[in-house]
Amino acid sequence: MAVTQLVGSKIHRREDPRLITGHGHYVDDFTRVGTAYAAFVRSPLAHGRIKSIDITDASKAPGVVGVYTARDFKGRLSGTHPALPVFVAEKKYVPERFPIAEKEVRYQGEIVAVVLAETKGQAVDAANLIQVEYQELPAVMDLEKALEKGSPKVHEDAPDNVCWDFTYTGPDASEAAFNEADIVVKQRILQNRLAPVPIEPRGVMAEYEEYDKKLTIWMSSQNPHFIRLFVSGAMGLKESQVRVISPDVGGGFGSKISPYPEDYLVPALSRIAERPVKWIETRTESIQNATHGRGQIFDCEVAAKKDGTLLGMRVVQYLDVGAYHGTFGSFQPVACLMSGGAYKWKGISARTVGVLTNRVPTDPYRGAGRPEATHLVERMVDLVAGELKMDPVDVRRKNFIQPADFPFTQNFGLVVDSGDYEKALDKALQLVGYQELRKKQADMRKQGRYMGIGLSTWIELCGFGPSAATAPGTGGIGLVESAQVRVVPTGSVIVYTGTHAHGQGHETTFSQIVADQLGMPLENVEIRHGDTAEGPAFGYGTYGSRSLAVGGVAVSKAVGKVIDKGKKLAAHMLEAAEEDVVFDHGSFHVKGSPDKAKAFGEVAFASYGMSLPQGMEQGLEAVAYFDPPNLVWPFGTHIAVVDIDPETGSVKLEKYVAVDDCGNIINPMIVDGQIHGGVVQSIAQALYEEVVYDDETGQLKTGTMIDYMVPSAGEVPPFIVDKTITPSPTNDLGVKGIGEAGTIAATASVINAVVDALSPLGIKHVDMPASPDKLWHMMREARK
Amino acid sequence: MKQKVSTTVNGRRHEHEVEPRLLLVHHLRDNLGLTGTHIGCDTSQCGACTILVDGNAVKSCTMFAVQAEGKSLTTIEGMAKDGQLHPIQQAFWDEHGLQCGYCTPGFIMAAAYLLATNPNPTEDEIRKGIEGNLCRCTGYVNIVKAVQTAAATMSGKPARKTAVTAGGE
Repeated sequence: MAVTQLVGSKIHRREDPRLITGHGHYVDDFTRVGTAYAAFVRSPLAHGRIKSIDITDASKAPGVVGVYTARDFKGRLSGTHPALPVFVAEKKYVPERFPIAEKEVRYQGEIVAVVLAETKGQAVDAANLIQVEYQELPAVMDLEKALEKGSPKVHEDAPDNVCWDFTYTGPDASEAAFNEADIVVKQRILQNRLAPVPIEPRGVMAEYEEYDKKLTIWMSSQNPHFIRLFVSGAMGLKESQVRVISPDVGGGFGSKISPYPEDYLVPALSRIAERPVKWIETRTESIQNATHGRGQIFDCEVAAKKDGTLLGMRVVQYLDVGAYHGTFGSFQPVACLMSGGAYKWKGISARTVGVLTNRVPTDPYRGAGRPEATHLVERMVDLVAGELKMDPVDVRRKNFIQPADFPFTQNFGLVVDSGDYEKALDKALQLVGYQELRKKQADMRKQGRYMGIGLSTWIELCGFGPSAATAPGTGGIGLVESAQVRVVPTGSVIVYTGTHAHGQGHETTFSQIVADQLGMPLENVEIRHGDTAEGPAFGYGTYGSRSLAVGGVAVSKAVGKVIDKGKKLAAHMLEAAEEDVVFDHGSFHVKGSPDKAKAFGEVAFASYGMSLPQGMEQGLEAVAYFDPPNLVWPFGTHIAVVDIDPETGSVKLEKYVAVDDCGNIINPMIVDGQIHGGVVQSIAQALYEEVVYDDETGQLKTGTMIDYMVPSAGEVPPFIVDKTITPSPTNDLGVKGIGEAGTIAATASVINAVVDALSPLGIKHVDMPASPDKLWHMMREARK
Repeated sequence: MKQKVSTTVNGRRHEHEVEPRLLLVHHLRDNLGLTGTHIGCDTSQCGACTILVDGNAVKSCTMFAVQAEGKSLTTIEGMAKDGQLHPIQQAFWDEHGLQCGYCTPGFIMAAAYLLATNPNPTEDEIRKGIEGNLCRCTGYVNIVKAVQTAAATMSGKPARKTAVTAGGE
């Protein structure tokens, strides 16, 4: 790349002026003339057989356009909910799933009927008049109970409730390591079930035009092209007849990746009713029905030597699949493949078991599998340190993969591209004042105070991903990325990307890349995404911290193609040989004669005219696809300092230091923002949030933001954030990813700090969320 | 059985006939076309629909439209004047106080009320002042900074900032 001015600088976000003035366009801000509104009737039970649905009163209610049940959609929607292989090649039982229940409901919130009416209020009023009679069936809400013999069955055809049971590496893989061990530490580690809770709930508006045979869908989605693929197939339309527009999106965090029942039903309703149909999710519907994340149990053993050398690990993951297999639901087993963390191991044995329960399906939630892996390995390393009475810092240092080891092939054959883990650790220790804090801790312990310091020397893999690795998991579609660059005659540029943004600021960062590469002001570059009618034929969407490392590189490659063509044309215009023409700071000139030059705009204008070299077609535009050779591997060190109230068990975060390395940085302001938000979501998992169902009745008990405990500004600690920069060798920009890093890192540092604080009481492990109630009971038990 | 409601919104008078059960937020969005005020929950917890009613911050989903009879309302669309951003809007832009932007109008309106009643708040007072609004993207770090910066611009006094970041650039 050229020497740059914009890349690496804090540039004000280009999307902000519309968003801070109330002129953004989220899906609920669109309405078509003649729109009817949908309201869904959902199962109040976790498990039941539908005996009858009486729609008589609802059908006669004011404003009602129609009332529909499963039979109305049979023949109009076909196939089953897509459940992709992703990381688990062989599944034991993948349930069939139709978007609306016909005979049986298997989780609270599953759709059984839908009302269309002239207004939102009328639709909801009429939905309340529908009488559904159920025969209640026994539900299984707990994944351990689901595995017991004689447990209620979520699906008749899966008598053991097992969706998958997959061994990555058998007992042999770690046997030698355990034979060498001086100590073995064992721990069961829970991952609380979480709700993503973007502040904008989901929403779908669809308009099917019978005489054009065209379907337009407006929806809040992280990957509109995948939705087009799935919905067109289910509706029996050609993919080219469907246009999906995902406008401004008010947060996703993974919950807007997969298709949902409503994404099929609303377009089908538009076709049935022959008018536009709109549905906007309520918050209660969102917490109940948007896919959840985490929800896992890990049984883990680690073998180590007396001097702190880590030898081997055995890990079994039990994952709560929910009532159906989420589209990317088996992504989270990547936790097994990442369980070694930043360290060298002789051997790791890993197995994942996916368990069906009567709860809403799980799917990726910010970090997806990597937070679980980090939490697991960082907890285990602390347990080893505790057992050996070593400083947790020393155990980490002793076992880190070293800078000279990269590219490093880890235990599961994945190749870690670059890193310098000790550098990030040292910086974090210095920023937090580690030695002084340990002294302070000793003093506070004498006063009976519970102060704790917790580390997380995290790593992750992101930038999904190389087609060789990701295509088998997505039915042959590799998670590569596309971009199109169009230079209009007067020289300004429109860039279309196959990624999407829901807060990440791509309109800013991608235009920084393009403007630098073309040597033009930011204002000359427009970034567009989210509309499948524009840009390349297919886009792969935004999730897995992939947009920059895959999509940004695709953009850069497409710009490169434009420059290449520009050089050919400029050479013709300058009457020079192509190889003698260079492009620099926005102009093409002959090597050694900077005054013999054509500005980019002149070449762009000429490209649409008559005087082209023989054989050259008009136009200055290009499409590029980027298939990365590897994933990218960010890392860092987070340190949390907590003070626990000995009387109430309440945890106060006194200090939080985050040193992260995401390779080269396009816009440091945006990188910091991603860290802040990610860390707070992760602190929320560690201390506050959990989706709780009643074990007996299957009723969701955390259906509002307050019951679920989304933290407010009052709960959040002051931050110190900093960086190291280790460029990625995987792509030309040298970038990694940062969207999920904070969420991946923080639970381990917070819980390690909580355990460290309580260690004088002999407490060795605390599960999440570390609520005052839980800690108070643990402290009371320990003091007995 | 519709009822008349007349309000002044962002300085303009409006008269409508509405259902008595219509929430103010729906009135603003659906009848007045002011879609900058967002809906993020159904329990008055998220604060995305915060507006000013006679100068007080109100979650517009907690009021019926008919209760706004005769009142003066300010929504996010009324904050910028003559193409000039309000200092709070400018501060949110400068400090990267938003990511997805969905909660932002509510935060800006809550901050406007906070700074009207307490022009030079401490960080703690800011955090308490915006506790009724939820954000899922920013971790609140840069929202707090934005309010501090806005306070400084509006009062002409230096911001009461504590160090929230070190290094980084």
